[in-house]
Amino acid sequence: MNAPAIEARGLVKVFGDNRAVDGVDLDVATGAIYGVLGPNGAGKTTTIKMLATLLSPDAGSARVLGHDVVREAHTVRSIVGLTGQYASVDDDLSARENLVLFGRLLGLGIRGAKAKADALLEEFALTDAATRPLKKFSGGMRRRLDLAASLIAQPPLIFLDEPTTGLDPRTRLQMWDTIRRLVAEGSTVLLTTQYLDEADQLADRIAVIDRGRVVAEGTADDLKRSVGTQSLHLTVASHGGSHDEPGGPVAVTRAAIRSLTGQEAVLTPVSDGARLTAPLDSAAAVSDLLVRLHTAGVEVRELSLSKPTLDEVFLALTGHGAQDSDEPALQEVHA
Amino acid sequence: MTTATLAPRRAAAPATGLGATASQSLAMAWRGLVKVSRTPEQYADVLIQPILFTLMFGYLFGGAVAGSVKGYLPQLLPGILVMTLITASTVTGVQLREDMDKGVFDRFRSLPIARVAPLAGGLLADAVRYVIATVLTMVMGVIMGWRPHAVGAVASGLLVIFCAWAMSWIFAFFGVSARSASAVQGVSFLVLFPLTFLSNSFVPVDTLPGWLQGFVKVNPMSHLVTAVRELTAGGTGGADVAWALLGAVVVIAVFAPLAVRGYMRKV
Repeated sequence: MNAPAIEARGLVKVFGDNRAVDGVDLDVATGAIYGVLGPNGAGKTTTIKMLATLLSPDAGSARVLGHDVVREAHTVRSIVGLTGQYASVDDDLSARENLVLFGRLLGLGIRGAKAKADALLEEFALTDAATRPLKKFSGGMRRRLDLAASLIAQPPLIFLDEPTTGLDPRTRLQMWDTIRRLVAEGSTVLLTTQYLDEADQLADRIAVIDRGRVVAEGTADDLKRSVGTQSLHLTVASHGGSHDEPGGPVAVTRAAIRSLTGQEAVLTPVSDGARLTAPLDSAAAVSDLLVRLHTAGVEVRELSLSKPTLDEVFLALTGHGAQDSDEPALQEVHA
Repeated sequence: MTTATLAPRRAAAPATGLGATASQSLAMAWRGLVKVSRTPEQYADVLIQPILFTLMFGYLFGGAVAGSVKGYLPQLLPGILVMTLITASTVTGVQLREDMDKGVFDRFRSLPIARVAPLAGGLLADAVRYVIATVLTMVMGVIMGWRPHAVGAVASGLLVIFCAWAMSWIFAFFGVSARSASAVQGVSFLVLFPLTFLSNSFVPVDTLPGWLQGFVKVNPMSHLVTAVRELTAGGTGGADVAWALLGAVVVIAVFAPLAVRGYMRKV
């Protein structure tokens, strides 16, 4: 049996009085994409930095492909590639010079380093920009170069810290393809992301991190089951009545949602009414709900369906929302 | 999943023996030189200062101090040379600090390379600055009429370069200890300004008040300047050459370990 790609137990990192990572356990199998999902400040980057030996853990331990990240840091460095959140390439060098430098540092000869650099530039469609100053690179080109630099040593385990944050949709899809290709070629990828759809599209397994802890772990389907495949947002008028008045429009709506979806709706007061949000497995339940509400005489002001946002995943998993507002809902259907 | 895809496809951890460390340091030095060729303005200090100071001080003080510009040059040139190189050695610390705050340093730290390579590479690349400054100062002097002893000039150039390189370890230590690049610059300036001017670089020591003479005479810069004067005048060095060499070796022995240790702690 081979060593797992990552085996972390109770990792802790404290900065001052902020427990950035507070007891993280991770088990990542080789040959797959593992997603770490969480909002800004959840501890994703700190966790990756500990796994890549850039930070030493204050407590706990981690093994990467069977090697301890503290005691065998040097070996770990030789078998992982890290692409940071902020492109870790040298702005004052050209793309080609960057790759040659990293190749030289990794022990390639001058000729070998140049050949490797050219091959990677070709692979990442950067050949035309190879000698241009990095200051003129777009965000996407920079990320591609950064990733290329991580691949010089052909590491069996690659850490990608928010590889698509700030990229336009087209570049993002290209990055996804690149990541999939890496895994198809036998690498293991651990990536962090703030986007649920990215984790959904790419990752075989996902760990959701919040406030330095893993709050959920499983396949994308497991996660989605906990929040429903879609979210229902419903705004009803309360006509001056209290929100928890028994038999009032808000209470009736909550009861209807509960009986149709088996989920408890989250209530947000709005002016003269309430907005109710609940996970939903099938859009078909909406028509039943509307019929019921119509029969009960509840005035529906607005109805929309959207894919669950990270905020809702968090709400469902932790009982509080993600600190940072995320991408707007992807498909809104206004009633 | 087969074992073949799981095993590292590269040979296990490359050695960080002396050979590997040297070649990694050379790669980092190459990086430093490429950066300089992109931003030549960073070389302004070693390109312009030797020319400007030699011209300025030569024509300004020449008549007053030595009766003529030509007569002043054998005294002035060694002073300018030492001052320019020692000033240039502070840049090491500032650049190191700036570098360590950049994203690319994260990658250096995540690579299986000798931890000291980026530091050693920087110091190596800086030696090129000193060579440029030395050659420019001497050529400027010759143009203005300075006629040094040829062998002595080469020897004194090497001596000053070695001493400046030794000093750059002090500033590298400041660099790894300070919180920001501007702090390094501030501290370096405070140390250097009195050290370079309160020496025998520009004026004869016997014109100074007694208490100042005391300081000037123990100032290591004075010994270095005297050593360079003796070498360029007659091609032979006396006790001051030995003192300068010994001082440089002591500085390296003390500050190189300190800088490396501080640097390792940061990375």
